[in-house]
Amino acid sequence: MSKLGTRTFTLLQTVTSVGLSALAWAVTGVRPIWNGSQPSDRQRIYFANHASHGDFILLSACLSEKERARTHAVAAADYWGKSRLRRFIAQDMLSSVLIHRQWTDEAQNPISIMLSVLDEGHSLIIFPEGTRNMTDEPLLPFRSGLYNLSMARPDVELIPCWIENMSRVLPKGQFVPVPLLCRVVFGAPIAIAPDEERRAFLDRARETLLALNPRPLRDD
Amino acid sequence: MPMMHETLILVVGLAAVLTTASLVAGILSWRAPKPLSSTLVNLNQRINAWWVMVVAITVAFFFGRSGMTILFALISFAALREFVTLTHSRRSDHWVLLGMFGIIIPFQYWLVWTAWYGLFTIFIPVYCFLLMPAITALHGDTERFLERVSAQQWAVMISVYCVSHVPALLTLDVPGFEGRNLLLIAFLIITVQGSDVLQYIFGKLFGRHLMSPKVSPSKTWEGLVGGLATSSLLGALLSFLTPFSPLQAADVAFIACLMGFLGGLVASAIKRDQGVKDWGHLIEGHGGMMDRADSLVFAAPVFFHTVRYFWT
Repeated sequence: MSKLGTRTFTLLQTVTSVGLSALAWAVTGVRPIWNGSQPSDRQRIYFANHASHGDFILLSACLSEKERARTHAVAAADYWGKSRLRRFIAQDMLSSVLIHRQWTDEAQNPISIMLSVLDEGHSLIIFPEGTRNMTDEPLLPFRSGLYNLSMARPDVELIPCWIENMSRVLPKGQFVPVPLLCRVVFGAPIAIAPDEERRAFLDRARETLLALNPRPLRDD
Repeated sequence: MPMMHETLILVVGLAAVLTTASLVAGILSWRAPKPLSSTLVNLNQRINAWWVMVVAITVAFFFGRSGMTILFALISFAALREFVTLTHSRRSDHWVLLGMFGIIIPFQYWLVWTAWYGLFTIFIPVYCFLLMPAITALHGDTERFLERVSAQQWAVMISVYCVSHVPALLTLDVPGFEGRNLLLIAFLIITVQGSDVLQYIFGKLFGRHLMSPKVSPSKTWEGLVGGLATSSLLGALLSFLTPFSPLQAADVAFIACLMGFLGGLVASAIKRDQGVKDWGHLIEGHGGMMDRADSLVFAAPVFFHTVRYFWT
């Protein structure tokens, strides 16, 4: 993580970001639905459901160019750090923040890594399910990162984002996307209530995200 | 250009109609209390979208057969994307869905481009009809099998096969009408889309008796009769574009617009079944591509075969 502190977009990252957003629009006609929140300059953690590698591209395509340039997706180092190519794609092209899901060394502590990115004024995209959801469940239980981040930086807004259909566009194991219409629903920010327990908050955050699904009955 | 005179009349005529609509909507919006009611906002959006659509079709018109083929291939793409998004599919359908976009659309429009009539008419209803479910079966996922393959068949029939009959009008050899087939497309689009607008206007002004309240809350007998009568008259007025006499043009327009009405009805039934109001959000104020094209989808093949049977 030597790049911390110099997290400005390189030319490659800018080109990639503009190109992928255009591609996302051409394939999925993606459009944001601001349902309870609005685009703003406030520092944010966007948390979303996760079923496809395309998820964060779709989400960033819905943000303004300025917001996109300071928003970084958090990705798993054990997947994206596996080979030089993957690391190049994740870090040099997509400017993702790589974290280790299984860590022992304190230098690899995901929460401190994410906090240091937040402290530079950046926004984050995180997938609290921790992995791509391949089950019939609409949403897996949340891991605790969301709670820990919000406890440490309560001023950062937590915005739930429901990504529709992306699991059909680019299912796990496929690399050619099927063109289907996608929407990203941005809900009202949530915050940890006074005295709220970790598990209670995580379950509430999960319910809030689920409630944004515009077509709950057809998400099979 | 052999059709310069007619093209000029069309462009000027359409611009005049749209300018009038924009002026009327502008005056209404100016005098209405602010903020504008949703009906007025929608009216303005619809008229603006019409400008964009007319410009897009006019540009394609000037590029002739290649312009029309590409434009309608793109329309098929947008319509198919809306259709597939709305229907049930599973992870194992991935390759069939990809083939619909990546193989069926390009191949069907290549057949239009090369005027290969024999294969154009059977490629989707025979070969795709049989091979798509075969591929799905080979994947071995039988969950809701019939529902999935039926939806796929419908998707390509409606969004690709039917739509491709519009540019296919350019491949017909009507004696004494050589080099003027683009005007047939103009005739079809103007009468059918005009009929949609006229049915809407007659329905709003005189609509009392709902035709099918379970399917659509806006389709009335008064709208249908008034819309069909006036669009047949419009067809007769536009007979100078076509190889038809004014009476024949009115008849052909009547058939096309009646099919167009049925297309809108079927599209409403599908949307109702899937629990949505619009197919998508591509065209501001109108909904998706299929919301605008549903009438053309049903009218095009029947119009194509009417002309082919009686005039070639």
